[in-house]
Amino acid sequence: MSRTITGTTRLSVLFVLLLTAVMLSPVQAAVDAFAFDTPEQQERFRHLSNEFRCPMCQNTNLTGSSGGVAEDLRREIYMMIMEGQTDEEITRFMLDRYGDFILYRPRLTGETILLWFGPLLFLLVGGWVVMGIIRRARPVERVAAELDTAEQERLRKLLEKVDEPH
Amino acid sequence: MSRLKLFVPVGVFLVLALLLWRGLYLDPRTLPSVLIDKPLPEFELPTVEMAAATVSKDDLPDEPFLLNIWGSYCLPCLQENPIFMAAAEQDLVPIVGVNYKDKPHLAQMWLEDNGSPFDYSIVDEDGRLGINLGVYGAPETFIVDGNGVIRYKHIGVIDYQIWETEIMPALAAVRAETAPL
Amino acid sequence: MVPELGHFALILSFCLCVILGTLPLIGASTGNRLWIGLARPLTAGVFVFLSLSLVVLGYSFVTDDFSVAFVAQHSNSLLPMQYKITAVWGGHEGSFLFWTWMLGGWMLAVALFSKAMPDDFVARVLGIMGIIGAGYTLFMIMTSNPFDRVLPLAPLDGVDLNSALQDFGFIIHPPSLYMGYVGFSVVFAFAIAALLSGRLDAAWARWSRPWANTAWAILTIGIALGSWWAYYELGWGGWWAWDPVENPPMINWLLGTALIHSLAVTEKRGVFKSWTVLLAIMAFAASLLGTFITRSGLLTSVHAFASDPTRGVYILGFLGFVVGGSLLLFALRAPLMKSEFGFAAVSREVFLLANNIILVVASAAILLGTLYPMIYQAVSGGELLSVGPPYFNTIFIPLMAILVVFLGMGSVSRWKKTSVAYLKKQLLWVAVGSVGLGVALPLAVTLEFSFGATIAVTLGMWIILGIVQDIRVKIANKPTVLAGLRSLAVSYLGMQIAHLGFAVILLGATLTSIYSSEKSVLLNAGESVDLGRYHFNFQGTEHLSGPNYEAERATFEVLKDGEYLEMLYPEKRLYTASMSPSTEMAIDSGFWRDLFITLGDQRESGAWSMTVYIKPFVRWVWLGAILMALGGLVAVTDKRYRRLKARALSGAKGDATDGPAQGRDKDYQPVSG
Repeated sequence: MSRTITGTTRLSVLFVLLLTAVMLSPVQAAVDAFAFDTPEQQERFRHLSNEFRCPMCQNTNLTGSSGGVAEDLRREIYMMIMEGQTDEEITRFMLDRYGDFILYRPRLTGETILLWFGPLLFLLVGGWVVMGIIRRARPVERVAAELDTAEQERLRKLLEKVDEPH
Repeated sequence: MSRLKLFVPVGVFLVLALLLWRGLYLDPRTLPSVLIDKPLPEFELPTVEMAAATVSKDDLPDEPFLLNIWGSYCLPCLQENPIFMAAAEQDLVPIVGVNYKDKPHLAQMWLEDNGSPFDYSIVDEDGRLGINLGVYGAPETFIVDGNGVIRYKHIGVIDYQIWETEIMPALAAVRAETAPL
Repeated sequence: MVPELGHFALILSFCLCVILGTLPLIGASTGNRLWIGLARPLTAGVFVFLSLSLVVLGYSFVTDDFSVAFVAQHSNSLLPMQYKITAVWGGHEGSFLFWTWMLGGWMLAVALFSKAMPDDFVARVLGIMGIIGAGYTLFMIMTSNPFDRVLPLAPLDGVDLNSALQDFGFIIHPPSLYMGYVGFSVVFAFAIAALLSGRLDAAWARWSRPWANTAWAILTIGIALGSWWAYYELGWGGWWAWDPVENPPMINWLLGTALIHSLAVTEKRGVFKSWTVLLAIMAFAASLLGTFITRSGLLTSVHAFASDPTRGVYILGFLGFVVGGSLLLFALRAPLMKSEFGFAAVSREVFLLANNIILVVASAAILLGTLYPMIYQAVSGGELLSVGPPYFNTIFIPLMAILVVFLGMGSVSRWKKTSVAYLKKQLLWVAVGSVGLGVALPLAVTLEFSFGATIAVTLGMWIILGIVQDIRVKIANKPTVLAGLRSLAVSYLGMQIAHLGFAVILLGATLTSIYSSEKSVLLNAGESVDLGRYHFNFQGTEHLSGPNYEAERATFEVLKDGEYLEMLYPEKRLYTASMSPSTEMAIDSGFWRDLFITLGDQRESGAWSMTVYIKPFVRWVWLGAILMALGGLVAVTDKRYRRLKARALSGAKGDATDGPAQGRDKDYQPVSG
């Protein structure tokens, strides 16, 4: 059992590490201090900031980037929410200026149909494959019944040999 | 027939590999502008040269011009300054600057130290004009035609080669369209 | 002088890999016992020289040898010692050497722990890994040499390690991730060896399983550590970004999960052999694809190393050769599946197959989403598209939901044939209980109905109650519960622990997305903010000086339900050398929830901007992953893997049998695990 013990010990240490009570860590996220009137507005803000891509970063949403154009865009989103604009209008604003690149959720267009429906297609193909395998897989009893008497005799003898002690 | 089905994975893989090979020669980082052939956004902002007065779209040149996004903090902007200076001295094309997310007094000092190729520089301290232009960082340069429509965008520093092989031809094309008959 | 030794050792390991990749393989085909016997010693040699190479690189870092270009680019004389060592994998060249060394490590492990297998088979396995090793070492020698020198003018000091990497997470995440990632090359080599030798049977599956399970468990830990690191590094509570460099290990993990289950079916029932082989090839292909994406500049990612199309072409060529060649071999040599028989439409085999398919569909979907921006750019003539978390979550979550339903049914079902009536009897109360708890628990805790939370809890309980039910049935006729638990096979316990871990992740991931909350405020000293049941009292900041930074340290008194809980001290630092600011968030992590505070900036008024977060159940994501890995490792220790080794050592060499294992192996315990 020594392998289990080493494995378990290692994992227990990890366990404890991940449950470490308090720690300090460096972060890259932005901190704005926008005051909202309602929690729904705060949620909308967070949701929208997560849905838009930071144009100048490698691959982060607006929430995860401090400074630069990301900060400005979050400010715009905040102002638009406070002005009462809808999520669609805010999205339109971003699209008009930065194009589809800024949307982490690609719009459904002729060019993205394959993207959005591809997985469903894969699933259907997969399901078809499984059905095919099930249909062709025959339970042992039926296979045995399909053998003629000579083959059944051979089968019986073979099975006897298998069950002999070696 | 069943044996043929086993060739499906290798077939799919070949397609994938071709795709990946093609993809190696694409650049996923330069964001093309969606504002090509769209009019410049409206604005009413002061300039670095004259803080008291404001300029708007009407004040922009009536002929094709360059709109350059720059800042005193931006090192590549310093690198492309000589090119713009040479262009301004030879009167090749009007150049209007947008001082992006900068402090006007720092911008003034920068222009004094390095020379100004700009007819004037619009002050965009909070970056809102930049957002309306789809800017994400200095330097960026637009070619705008005489009607205030954006026709071309270059992201990043402009060196001599880019000036000759990309900017000048694009400018010539825009000029040819709006040339008097 | 010393770096040249490292370079030389690298070249030597390349040469040994070439020999290993040819002679033993030829020897296995022609029956040349001498050449077959070369496999293990050559493997040891490869490992020794790769180790030497790695140690030399580490030595160059530790001794601040900035004449080595890689060291100059990633280190600095003031860098703390632990980061000097880990800087070895802080950039492309060094991390690739580290990656290759991992391969050498796994090769050595195979050479040492393969006494139960026929020598010609082992020779093939090691030979194939030798070919892979040759490709990796050649790549380094030709395009990515970590030992390139900057001579004659070596810089006086280095550029320093990227500050984001000067962190504990960087010490543990890449090694564990690479170990798991590379580990799939072992079961890949087993699969190719089986195709080459024509020996594709249940014994092959039994040999492969410990290797597959171990690599899978380690990969689970590697990915989990990356997620944990990202969580506290990013600072807004995100722990998985579906980034193009994160996705390949996930694809590898999904295919690996399918593989370990498919291996179980092949071992126990002798069916799905070709499918298992195909999965082994695909899992390793995902690993190579990850290497390609990370190092070729194909896709924009926060993780990507500097891009270089030359390297990309090389890796792609290697990928094409290895994966294309394997798939071609598969097409030519794999047994046709028309001989699959022996199971009914409702049976354990079918449930496992269904979930296999779902895992592969999920992998294909993630690959599609990852590569689509590139495809779109190529096809649209330069326009860019982004595919991010909203897409991946929309696709992935429903697939996983279907998987969970089948998991619950599959793990109680029997091999060959399970009557629907039997399933109903076993699972009816499980289903009712799950739905009941799904509705009741969120309501009881939050006093609010949430559709998402109900579905999540129902699915999680479906798995957990299913585990309870199955164990109950198994220990029903034992005197005490304890005796019953002790009677269960180790591999069965491993399975249940792993499935429990999966349920824990599911619950953690979904519930934290639904119930997390945050609030951003501007506070002066003495003011406070409330979030949920917590009250955060901002007591001001004080200045303090660190070893290489100046900081403002904020003091927060945290109350829960009005009662004192603890103090938290987030900081805002300015690193004096680089004059770069950094925010240190203060996290209070707990089993049920995480609390954290991120400090922003101080305004002219003296007030500070800050955000407080409550993230319930987020720790469950990583604790669940640990449980899964633990389950996988426990299953490997099942005595039937070790008993056979002992038997083999005592004389009955080789287990080259045909046909299913059961009935022939006296030690075999027909447990339904």
